[in-house]
Amino acid sequence: MSVLVVADHDNKTLAEVTAKVVTAAKQMGDEVHILVAGQDCEPVAQAASKLDGVAKVLHADDPIYSARLAENVTELVVGLMGNYSAVMSSATTASKNFMPRVAALLDVAQISEIVKVEAPDTFVRPIYAGNAMQTVQSGEAKKVITVRTTTFQATGQGGSAAIEKISAAKNPGLSEYVEDRLSSSERPQLTSAKIIISGGRGMQSGDNFKMIEAVADKLKAAVGASRAAVDAGYAPNDMQVGQTGKVVAPELYIAVGISGAIQHLAGMKDSKVIVAINKDEEAPIFQVSDYGLVADLFKAVPELEAELAKLGL
Amino acid sequence: MKVLVPVKRVIDYNVKARVKADGSGVDLANVKMSMNPFDEISVEQAVRMKEAGVITEVIIASIGPAAAQETIRTALAMGGDRGVLVKTDQTVEPLAVAKILKEIATKEGAEIVILGKQAIDDDSNQTGQMLAALLGWSQATFASEVKLDGGKAEVTREVDGGLQTIKVNLPTVITVDLRLNEPRYASLPNIMKARKKPIEEKTPEDFGVDITPRLKVLKTTEPPTRSAGVKVESVQELVAKLRNEAGVI
Ligand SMILES: Cc1cc2nc3c(=O)[nH]c(=O)nc-3n(C[C@H](O)[C@H](O)[C@H](O)COP(=O)(O)OP(=O)(O)OC[C@H]3O[C@@H](n4cnc5c(N)ncnc54)[C@H](O)[C@@H]3O)c2cc1C
Repeated sequence: MSVLVVADHDNKTLAEVTAKVVTAAKQMGDEVHILVAGQDCEPVAQAASKLDGVAKVLHADDPIYSARLAENVTELVVGLMGNYSAVMSSATTASKNFMPRVAALLDVAQISEIVKVEAPDTFVRPIYAGNAMQTVQSGEAKKVITVRTTTFQATGQGGSAAIEKISAAKNPGLSEYVEDRLSSSERPQLTSAKIIISGGRGMQSGDNFKMIEAVADKLKAAVGASRAAVDAGYAPNDMQVGQTGKVVAPELYIAVGISGAIQHLAGMKDSKVIVAINKDEEAPIFQVSDYGLVADLFKAVPELEAELAKLGL
Repeated sequence: MKVLVPVKRVIDYNVKARVKADGSGVDLANVKMSMNPFDEISVEQAVRMKEAGVITEVIIASIGPAAAQETIRTALAMGGDRGVLVKTDQTVEPLAVAKILKEIATKEGAEIVILGKQAIDDDSNQTGQMLAALLGWSQATFASEVKLDGGKAEVTREVDGGLQTIKVNLPTVITVDLRLNEPRYASLPNIMKARKKPIEEKTPEDFGVDITPRLKVLKTTEPPTRSAGVKVESVQELVAKLRNEAGVI
């Protein structure tokens, strides 16, 4: 039986993470289909059909899927599961919202945030803020899996899967969408950026994040934050990196005024190169940093911007 | 209106989990245990709703070993009214937890269940959504603001792109995120009072729920470790190393 991947999108563009979920899905050893549920989301279905390794795209276009409300998407996915041995989606907030609901209605376990497919029934996932890796085996007929996309490469382009329109499932009518207040930024997204610079409580104010943004612009980097910085209102919630925020693994992660709590490390310790700028030489962040600079950030960050400018960045 | 708040006893968030040498799991012997931090936020939310007069009773439930009684007591000291302890020493997966909670919610006639969005031990982020599914209720996950309004709840959610507001029908399941509130510390008089609040003891069998794990844990291993690199003396040196040694800028 085939594997169903549920696409992440905003009705206009297919999220990059979906191509990574497809890579994980291909390792399940069966045909991969993608479900695109949304409203007026033809371009998303088109993009999904071009992903390498996808055999078919199921496209459900209906106003009840415009905001991908959990109850509505669940109804649709559960109805399709007769034909599939597994359903997979990314560990985004959108998928984390409906996937466990699907699992419960199928009366199976969900396997959360896998980082590796060892065999079609065996997966590795982090637990305890990534301080332990658990290998689990599922003997269930249907598998519900969310994928931590930082550890999977995106599948290529060049596919030409057929797009099959499917009708909407019934509307459970339990919830309604009111509004989104999304952060807008010209910078790369945290979860796909090659370079990230994050600020912590040491930044002292939201205004001071401008220093970090100036460096980010030179490096074409995304800007992140610690929980403490978000709680204090220096940065919006969508910038939180960590166990309970976003998990990132860029080529370069620069932590500024961040102590390196377990929960923060959980979200960034798989970065290729880690830099820490902190005035406390005992800060735990230095234990995971490739390059540590013990300095006052208010001096070091503007200097960093100036040095990068010298390089013509 | 009654609210059910499930709480979980987990490793304290300040403690770094260590994997047992034989790969059989995480070593929890002599480790400080506390209430899952997200659950403190759930309890706080429910107690504030009671203080505001919009709900009448806050029922605390925990599924776990006898020691989970302490976790329930903590929640009662924060303002919960009474507790239900479903005692078991086995590992209970989120689906089984959701099945037990469904029975409790139904029996108690709760109209809102407030849970943490995830537990910091297994990091599953599943139980609330599963419970909503089993009950056939609406769900509002990752809440940073909750307003009750007639037969509905308006909930602002922390999502990857920012914030999203939805309106859900009651009864509902809400899972909380970090910014919903700052949980109170229980005062000494309230800790004393909590000792007298009733805690009913049950077992999974009392609810007819089979808690046999669906997943087999083959092994638990250490993650790849990083070691500390070098300290640089200046920003100039840092930039030079990033460019010439690491090749990342
Ligand atoms: C349930 C739960 C979930 C959590 N989830 C997350 C999560 O997802 N992500 C996360 O980040 N945290 C999370 N946390 C919080 C975490 O435990 C820490 O409290 C948080 O990461 C600390 O943020 P910080 O490093 O910015 O602040 P602090 O720990 O206060 O560190 C500030 C650092 O800035 C340095 N500093 C101050 N001034 C200067 C200066 N002028 N120049 C240079 N350095 C300076 C200090 O030396 C210090 O090291 C969670 C906690 C809980 C309980």
